[in-house]
Amino acid sequence: MADYGWPDAEHRTLIGKRITRVDSPVKVSGQAKYTYDVKRPGMLFGKILRCPYAYAKVVSIDASAAEKMPGVKAIHIIQGPNSTIHWAGDEVVAVAAVDEPTAEDAVRAIKVKYQKLSHLVSDAEPPKGAAQAQGPLSMDDIDDMLDNQVPARQMVEQIQQYGITSKPDEGTLKGLQEDGATDEVIKAIRAATVHPEAGSRPKSNYQKAAAQTLGDGEKAFAQAEVISEGLYGVPVITHCCLESHGSTSEWTDNDHLLVHMSTQNVSGIAGQMAEPLKIPATNIRVHQDHIGGGFGSKFSPDRWGIATAEVSKKAGGKPVRIMLERDSELKVAGARPSAYARVRVGAKRDGTIVAWQSESWGTGGPGGGGMPPIPYVFSIPNQRKEHTAIRNNIGPARAWRAPNHPQAAVITMCALDDLAAKLNMDPLDFFLKNIELGKPRQAIYTEELGIASDLMGWKQKWHPRGQNKSGNLARGVGLSLHTWGGRGHASDCDLTIHPDGSVDIKMGSQDLGTGTRTCILMVAADTLGIPMDTISLQIGDTMYPPSGGSGGSTTIGGVSSSTRRAAVDAREGLFAKVAPALNAQPAELESINGTVRVKGDSSRSLSWKEACSKLGAMPLTVRGKNPDKSKPPDLTNSGVGGVQMAEVEVDTDTGIVKVKKMVAVQDCGLVIDVKTAESQCHGALIMGISYSLFEEKVMDPTTGRMLNPDMQYYRLAGLNDIPELVVHMMTGKGYDERGVIGLGEPPVISPGAAISNAVANAIGVRVPFLPLTPDRVLGAFQKAGA
Amino acid sequence: MRDDDPNQNEKVDERSGVSRRDFLKISSISVAVPLVTGPKVVFAAGEQVPVHGPGKVPMEFTINGKKHKADLEPRVTLLDALRDEFDLTGAKRVCDRAECGACTVLMDNKAVYACSVLAIEAQGRQIATVESLMQGDKLHPVQQAFVDNDASQCGFCTPGFVVACKAFLDKHPNPTPEDIRRGLSGNLCRCGTYHGIQLAIAQLAQKGA
Ligand code: FES
Ligand code: FES
Repeated sequence: MADYGWPDAEHRTLIGKRITRVDSPVKVSGQAKYTYDVKRPGMLFGKILRCPYAYAKVVSIDASAAEKMPGVKAIHIIQGPNSTIHWAGDEVVAVAAVDEPTAEDAVRAIKVKYQKLSHLVSDAEPPKGAAQAQGPLSMDDIDDMLDNQVPARQMVEQIQQYGITSKPDEGTLKGLQEDGATDEVIKAIRAATVHPEAGSRPKSNYQKAAAQTLGDGEKAFAQAEVISEGLYGVPVITHCCLESHGSTSEWTDNDHLLVHMSTQNVSGIAGQMAEPLKIPATNIRVHQDHIGGGFGSKFSPDRWGIATAEVSKKAGGKPVRIMLERDSELKVAGARPSAYARVRVGAKRDGTIVAWQSESWGTGGPGGGGMPPIPYVFSIPNQRKEHTAIRNNIGPARAWRAPNHPQAAVITMCALDDLAAKLNMDPLDFFLKNIELGKPRQAIYTEELGIASDLMGWKQKWHPRGQNKSGNLARGVGLSLHTWGGRGHASDCDLTIHPDGSVDIKMGSQDLGTGTRTCILMVAADTLGIPMDTISLQIGDTMYPPSGGSGGSTTIGGVSSSTRRAAVDAREGLFAKVAPALNAQPAELESINGTVRVKGDSSRSLSWKEACSKLGAMPLTVRGKNPDKSKPPDLTNSGVGGVQMAEVEVDTDTGIVKVKKMVAVQDCGLVIDVKTAESQCHGALIMGISYSLFEEKVMDPTTGRMLNPDMQYYRLAGLNDIPELVVHMMTGKGYDERGVIGLGEPPVISPGAAISNAVANAIGVRVPFLPLTPDRVLGAFQKAGA
Repeated sequence: MRDDDPNQNEKVDERSGVSRRDFLKISSISVAVPLVTGPKVVFAAGEQVPVHGPGKVPMEFTINGKKHKADLEPRVTLLDALRDEFDLTGAKRVCDRAECGACTVLMDNKAVYACSVLAIEAQGRQIATVESLMQGDKLHPVQQAFVDNDASQCGFCTPGFVVACKAFLDKHPNPTPEDIRRGLSGNLCRCGTYHGIQLAIAQLAQKGA
């Protein structure tokens, strides 16, 4: 069988090198077309009327005035009378008009009456006694979950765990299906245990999950010699993709739809639009050239994406563009769940961690949300954990780079850092002392901690807490560890070699700005022995073979493997045709530097072009797949460890925190393109600085609305906030052989904890919650009486 | 708006003879007048002010050295005119209110936020967008430096950043790191490309580009 395995370092021409991103030129010149830039002939502009209340019922909608306005082409009711609205900004009516100003006027002319209900937008610690044990689910609960876009997997888990309050009839099940329940969810409902008695209990906003325990927490705390207690947390933040969510839809005939959508999931969108639009998925073509950011928030067509197709249909199938305005983007298009915890953690005098106890809470909006994976990285032998999910009206949560991990890192690494301080230990020594609890990655962490420490100058910079101050400027350093999976997703790749020597690749993947295009071309070119720019690559269309959604750091593994297998098979296919001409066996051939030749005999060689002409009249197309057990080895792997260190300077008069330096040391198996991989890490550090110091979705308890839905008060880090950044990728022996592992998530996990720990080290007190704003820093001082 | 002159916006407005204050007055008056094309003059706050719209009015622009004509409502921004009328989509619409710099274009050689300039006010000015920077197939040195230093990821902020950097370097050919931090803090990037941008600028400054 052909050898699909990754070539070793001596036999790679491109893989593992620093290669410049292939789509940079179109991006820097403004030629790259994003969904927001697509303008179709005769295109109408859509706008959405959104509910101003956080919790309300729609009573009536009067769109008659808007209908009569010149230039208004269609009006589509998204949530009609009797619908329940669960967050401010939810979609009620869509309009399409000849231009944007007219569409805006039309939205203003629509009169909607609401009945306001009393909302909750707080995610503060649950009041004593408010939390209710999570119980069986009613069909209304399940419908609400669908409405609130709770992922199917999570719904199935809850249905299986808690059962249901009544057995639904077939009509109800059909209704749920129409509202978007997947087959798995319906199956889970059919199989669920029924608890009729639970149906009459009123629902609390605070749902407490059963306590999780490990070992004997009580005994371990009794035996612990030092115990540290603290409060830690991370608020809700948003994705704030610079290209907002949205799409342009048009009906090419009565039942065929063409969609340009800003999405991380090109191949997965049609399937999600088929059911609500009542057409087969095969009739829906989805296209995207470039995407202006996703970060986990763009996997679904969303209610507004469906509405865009509906309003287009009502406008006679004309193309309609609806891209969210910035305020809507921040209000409704995605948020990262909050997580807070009161933590007790105990150790022996020598620093050995023995016990963990946490009461955590947080919100993912109307869907509630689960406990982050705490204690993180360190498997502490004795644990007791309780978590209360807050269901409230802040809007739905979505995956945000490394879902739940940054929160877990803050809660765990900050609690451990406080314990180290109480033990009078340097946290670097303390973490190393307990590194065995970081199984199975203890060896990687140890190596990475050593490298990070050198790059940071940790030993020179670390002082006991609060002891490195000159005047009003306090300096400190902090660190954090993290982990992630990142195995490659399912991916199909079609690679064609034409008789004239040209090569094309087609794949329904997408490049989020992570370098996906570049890496696909590197793998193909390296395998075929031809230059990257001789290969034409097409991605971003449902016309091409399906490739998974870009989430969970799974893209690089998926696309690099499917491309490798396709390229190897294509190369073998070509060798079979070329071998007679070179008077050799196919197995004796190699393809290198634009020639096909007999291994070790450059006198028997053909140029790539000549070799391809031996294909005859027909091009050679092969499909590579990931995963593909029939073509071993597995080219991807899962499970990485990373270490980050931060150095900060805090002005103790003003409370302003400045990050001065950050170090990231990261493994991710075989790195395809070192240049774009480093950029991922730099970007993640910068995003991490942003959420550590500035970002928070601030909700107004009175109106239930987001108070900062703009880019002035929802602040992102700017160039001025960026310190010296040092990135070190773990590559070479011991790493490369593991195969390809994703990198999008891992480096964004640790900045919050590392920076918070550095601030605690600088000022001598813990600032419990991110972002570390001046008022929080000064508040922490005040509380400590410092 | 991003340079060392906090009043730049006001100054730009002064040269056109309409201050921001007047603009606010005009826009509030325009809703009250009947649908007309062509300016009408009304007396407001002791001054004669031309009133356009609210219907579409003919406008003429000079963009990247070429004349462009369109009938637009007076409330349409320069950014929307560029993107939706003339298919110049390099400048992006992100915040639409002068907070992010993704829409940066040059107006009489000064960097401005196109989302915060009315199209009607941009008439008679030299507008240059990111699309004008390439010479044939050759990238502008600022663009090449962005490519070399991997200063774009998703790339949505990139055109705005490129134009802002060009304007900045034209004014500060030898910037200090402090100049760079201050001069380019009017543009935001979500993917976190600032590191690459800093390297790109440093490379250009060395070359004296
Ligand atoms: S879109 Fe103009 S500054 Fe943000
Ligand atoms: S490169 Fe994505 S926003 Fe800057």
